[in-house]
Amino acid sequence: MSTARNRVADADDPQPTEKLTIAQAVRDAMADEMDRDPSVVVLGEDVGVDGGVFRATDGLIERFGSERVIDTPLAESAIIGMSVGMAATGMRPVAEIQFMGFVYPAVNQLLGHASRMRNRTRGRMTLPMVIRMPFGGGIHPPEHHSESYESMFLNSPGIKVVVPSNPYDAKGLLTAAIRDEDPVLFMEPKRIYRAFRAEVPTGPYTVPIGKASVDHEGDDVTLISWGAMVRVCHDAAELMAREDVSVEVLDLRTLNPLDRETMLASVEKTGRAVVVHEAPRSNGFGGEIAALIGEHLLLQLEAPVLRVAGFDVIFPAAKNEHLYLPNRDRIAAAIRKTLNF
Amino acid sequence: MPRTQIYNAVTERLEILDPAGIVDEELMPDLDGDRIRGIYSDMVRMRAMDEKALKLQRQGRMGTWPPIKGQEAIQAGVAHAMEDGDWLLPAFREHGIMLLRGVPGHLIYAYWAGDERGSSFPEGVRVFPVAVPVGSQWQHGTGVGLSLKLRGEKAVAVTLGGDGSTSEGDFHEAMNCAGVFQSNSVFVIQNNQWAISIPLHQQTAAKTLAQKAHAYGIPGIQVDGNDIFAVYSVTREALDRARNGGGPTLIEAVTYRLGDHTTADDASRYREDKEVTEWEGRDPILRLRRFLEARGLWDEEQEQEQQAAAQAWVDEQVAALEAMPPQDPSDIFSHMYADLPPHLAEQMAEVIEEVGS
Repeated sequence: MSTARNRVADADDPQPTEKLTIAQAVRDAMADEMDRDPSVVVLGEDVGVDGGVFRATDGLIERFGSERVIDTPLAESAIIGMSVGMAATGMRPVAEIQFMGFVYPAVNQLLGHASRMRNRTRGRMTLPMVIRMPFGGGIHPPEHHSESYESMFLNSPGIKVVVPSNPYDAKGLLTAAIRDEDPVLFMEPKRIYRAFRAEVPTGPYTVPIGKASVDHEGDDVTLISWGAMVRVCHDAAELMAREDVSVEVLDLRTLNPLDRETMLASVEKTGRAVVVHEAPRSNGFGGEIAALIGEHLLLQLEAPVLRVAGFDVIFPAAKNEHLYLPNRDRIAAAIRKTLNF
Repeated sequence: MPRTQIYNAVTERLEILDPAGIVDEELMPDLDGDRIRGIYSDMVRMRAMDEKALKLQRQGRMGTWPPIKGQEAIQAGVAHAMEDGDWLLPAFREHGIMLLRGVPGHLIYAYWAGDERGSSFPEGVRVFPVAVPVGSQWQHGTGVGLSLKLRGEKAVAVTLGGDGSTSEGDFHEAMNCAGVFQSNSVFVIQNNQWAISIPLHQQTAAKTLAQKAHAYGIPGIQVDGNDIFAVYSVTREALDRARNGGGPTLIEAVTYRLGDHTTADDASRYREDKEVTEWEGRDPILRLRRFLEARGLWDEEQEQEQQAAAQAWVDEQVAALEAMPPQDPSDIFSHMYADLPPHLAEQMAEVIEEVGS
């Protein structure tokens, strides 16, 4: 069985593979699509000569030139606002917001325009654009570099939200996002940008948007997660296996549109669910998941759906971030709680 | 060491046609009589469209409408300076120029009557939908201008916005990026001197809005916005420059909002009638008519014919608006994404069960 950490291409996939990190996989997705489609351009702060502060655009400017790998002024709203103009007139911009904590100035453009254009023109004007942004904690940075703001965008219709947790999905999902006809917010788990490598096909392929992945099968409880937390869920599953508890790990991969079918099927099978996310607990996406499970599976549940999430506090500065981030033991404790309900 | 002067900027203003209808012949753009009569007809049609919308609103047949009265010279002048492949990016007081750039009148009415189909323009019409979030459209104008430049199109993105929008951060970011990228962009501020109740001197301590261009390293010019020939000339010059790789221009066109901010506003709460009356004397349509009459290009009979034609055209637009079948209830869901996701299909079914398809 494949897991998030070692997932490889299908055995019958004829493509050669190479071992890549998430950051390299993201870069390769952009490079392949730029190669394939001249309308694809990359823009953002430091994405060109510097290759991105996380090196996720490393080497692209040498290969595609400064007209397709565009270093912008330090202006988040302009990065998204210009992308709206470019996407509406025949280009496929892949915009980078350097850290999700800096997305606020661009929210007017994202939610005031990008998410609405297709609907408000009744399909006449569409915006095939991707907004990449590293999110989440765990790298001990200064303030404003660790946020997980997905809920803000999940309660704002019209923008797809995709979150890979491993190199294979990162490349396949980003390729799918670039080819998508609608705006896609692509959240990159910066904590695991370079934490591990996995086999990734060298050529283009897609992982479908809107499909969750059962990363690890189990019978007793379903862990539902995304991004960097998926690996922590695997650690918790391993720990619980020693206690003879069989944990299913579900990686949602896309938060909008949510793959309800896969999620509900898993929880129907196990009868228990724990949602794990880095964003603050209250009014987070975990609440929506718990509500959906309650609406559809109330009588099949053995225990209430629990949430292991960030606390409802400002993300702590480096010295205290360990207090905030969900960890293996917190997840294990929640699993035991559902088993002993 | 002495302090030295490192930057010294001058901002120009252009006027060609004075309120009495007299032109500076040396500055007069190359427009023949037929073309000028056509421009005049367009301005008359804009005003008729505007006045009819106000009446429809009072009758409950139109939603909130932002009048354009007094700003017709800017909208006609810019539109006539543009060429076929150029893009228009309006804010929300740009019905006149949208019309001249190919948006059907009944769709303009439909948008303000609360129907999204009013922003679904015919194929090939290079106009963005109305931008309500103030100042946000400036950014799109930079993006479209960059897109045109990168794809090698000899076309220009023309963005319009109000004086109030120059206080938004998006205005600054857009001008700054346009300067950096030398995008194929022309930005036209319709400085009508009021942003709802806030006069220009409360938006900025700067003497002009045109001078802001200096800070972005792009050309800026102020023009009498009620002077159709001056607006046409500066826009033409800016478009030629952008089209030929010379980069963006900021144009401040000084005019006056003769009407309320919208039909939901009462401007008498915050400004003096005297000011409005003064500006009514500088009406851009009257000014052009005086010019045409003085040149023998226009008479009372033609005026009557033109007014009647404009009214007939407006009546056709209203008839077309009111003949639009209602949208299908499912339409609020069908255009959210290229494909309808399952959760929206479920919600669509809920609505259809409630109200019927």
